[in-house]
Amino acid sequence: MQNALITDNVMNYLDYMEATDSGIMDKTLMATDNYMCKTYSAGDVKKALCEDSLTFYDYAALLSPAAENMLEEIAKQAKIETRKHFGNSVSLYTPLYIANYCDNHCTYCGFNCKNDITRGKLSFEEIEAELKAISNTGLEEILLLTGESREESNVEYIGEAVKLAAKYFPTVGIEVYPLNTDEYAYIHQCGADFVSIYQETYDADIYAKYHLSGPKRSYPYRFNSQERAIRGGMRGVSFGSLLGIGDFRRDAFATGIHAYLLQQKYPHAEISFSAPRIRSFINSRDTQESQNSVSEKQLLQVLLAYRIFMPFVSIVISTRERAGFRDNVIGLAATKMSAGVKVGVGGHFMEKKGDEQFEISDARNVDQVHTMILDRGLQPVYSDYIRMI
Amino acid sequence: MNDPLIIGGREFISRFILGSGKFSLEMTKVVIENGGVEMATLALRRAHTGGKENILDYIPEGITLLPNTSGARNAQEAVRIARLARDLGCGDFVKIEVINDSKYLLPDNYETIKATEILAKEGFIVMPYMYPDLIAARQMADAGAATIMPLGAPIGSNKGLLTKEFVKILVDEINLPIIVDAGIGRPSQACEAMELGVAAIMANTAIATANDVGTMASAFKLAVEAGRKAWLAGLGRVLEHKAEASSPLTGFLEGH
Repeated sequence: MQNALITDNVMNYLDYMEATDSGIMDKTLMATDNYMCKTYSAGDVKKALCEDSLTFYDYAALLSPAAENMLEEIAKQAKIETRKHFGNSVSLYTPLYIANYCDNHCTYCGFNCKNDITRGKLSFEEIEAELKAISNTGLEEILLLTGESREESNVEYIGEAVKLAAKYFPTVGIEVYPLNTDEYAYIHQCGADFVSIYQETYDADIYAKYHLSGPKRSYPYRFNSQERAIRGGMRGVSFGSLLGIGDFRRDAFATGIHAYLLQQKYPHAEISFSAPRIRSFINSRDTQESQNSVSEKQLLQVLLAYRIFMPFVSIVISTRERAGFRDNVIGLAATKMSAGVKVGVGGHFMEKKGDEQFEISDARNVDQVHTMILDRGLQPVYSDYIRMI
Repeated sequence: MNDPLIIGGREFISRFILGSGKFSLEMTKVVIENGGVEMATLALRRAHTGGKENILDYIPEGITLLPNTSGARNAQEAVRIARLARDLGCGDFVKIEVINDSKYLLPDNYETIKATEILAKEGFIVMPYMYPDLIAARQMADAGAATIMPLGAPIGSNKGLLTKEFVKILVDEINLPIIVDAGIGRPSQACEAMELGVAAIMANTAIATANDVGTMASAFKLAVEAGRKAWLAGLGRVLEHKAEASSPLTGFLEGH
């Protein structure tokens, strides 16, 4: 299946993939072309900071090179917005990788199907043991992840894992391969309410270059995942680009517009942003350059722009970033962070059963992160949700 | 002056209801004390599991809990959350919040009316959060609401009493306590709302985002009291209707 896609146009779908034609993708790409080709001045940035409600033009200005030199001013505004909408709350969660088999060849990812790593998949007993161990740390939100293999981690397997997670956690999210609407509905019925899925890059040519084979090569199917998830009954969806693959400004802009348009069409949808930068992984060779291509300053610029453009959304800061960075962006732009993170398969209760997706930069446990949040005058929030299924 | 606020048969001296959820839990006690608060909201979604950092552990005894249904997107979900709150021992008071818009967090009046009707029949003391629409407020009152809680401005916006004229209509027409629930950004705005004749003020963000949370709670207490006294004193005549005419306007009438 995956080999058939090597030379395929990335705009194609495979047979099983549900095609969505809502116009959000076309509008996102058109807006990105329109706004990212312009040059923005410091004056444009200042104007954006004065607006109650930002236009796409204002948002592009906040992501521009001109804005990179005005971060202090932008940060002040972002902090005001964060405080207004979230007070000093910081939500906590952790990811649990239940499998790392993958059908895709994405050259930046440790799970890619060509990478020679230890593969594994947790049994249901193992999943439950991991869930119990995580629950004992006090966390009440979990994100279940798999590699992207429909065969090894099929929808039923994910559904059963979600049912187990729902026994221990009020809030369950999934980060798995893109599903069709009916499959999202099934997973929702099993107890999951949130879906994280990232486009990686919105530039279709670069997308083709980094996604050499596998179902992930279908750009539109991935793009419309959030919309299918919401149609399937999920309450919230996450958006993100893997910063450093393409032009990060352009990708961050498109990410924001994508989320904006989806929220406009589905006003009840709870929106969340993640802003991962490329990390090195086992056997990684060519990512050193990419890793350095987006600086910490630029990452902060993206986070601040997300916050000011859509002040009501949740922004997640992952352990891809160092502790000192994470600690300072909560309350400023980010409103949610992971703690006690393992990115191998399992590893919370038992020995890891499969290798990691990437190397993390912040291995602090829940208690350490909890204390840090309180020390910063912020409030750790464990539960913010009541499951309605 | 004996001027209690009566909701669901319970008397309150304080007319400042504390919203929770945006400040550090350890500040809850000081805010309640400084603000003279007797009723505080409780987002059940933050409190239902009894786990770490549970707000229920921080609210002092004797405070009337007002669990809210935040997170509910329709009447059915609001009803479920209200029942859950009651099962957890949070009492019969419930603030209905039905929000179907993640951007502006504006309440859905239609679904709120439906939830009000169901919960009032079940014996809840229902306090619906709503967009200040007279027709919807009448329907909520008919459905058994104990108060009406119109928003002053979008939640968290701190923009003050943007809906002033419409809140005033509710004060004039609805025979229930009107409690302004969102958007109050500073004590002067709380005072202004009280001067209109609203029965109480609810605030959270304005206090949570102050540099000195405790002192701001105290400032709100004073502002709410001042506004209430001004209303009781009959402030409206001069300020609402401008200056008195200098000579009689009806002097031309025969036999005057």
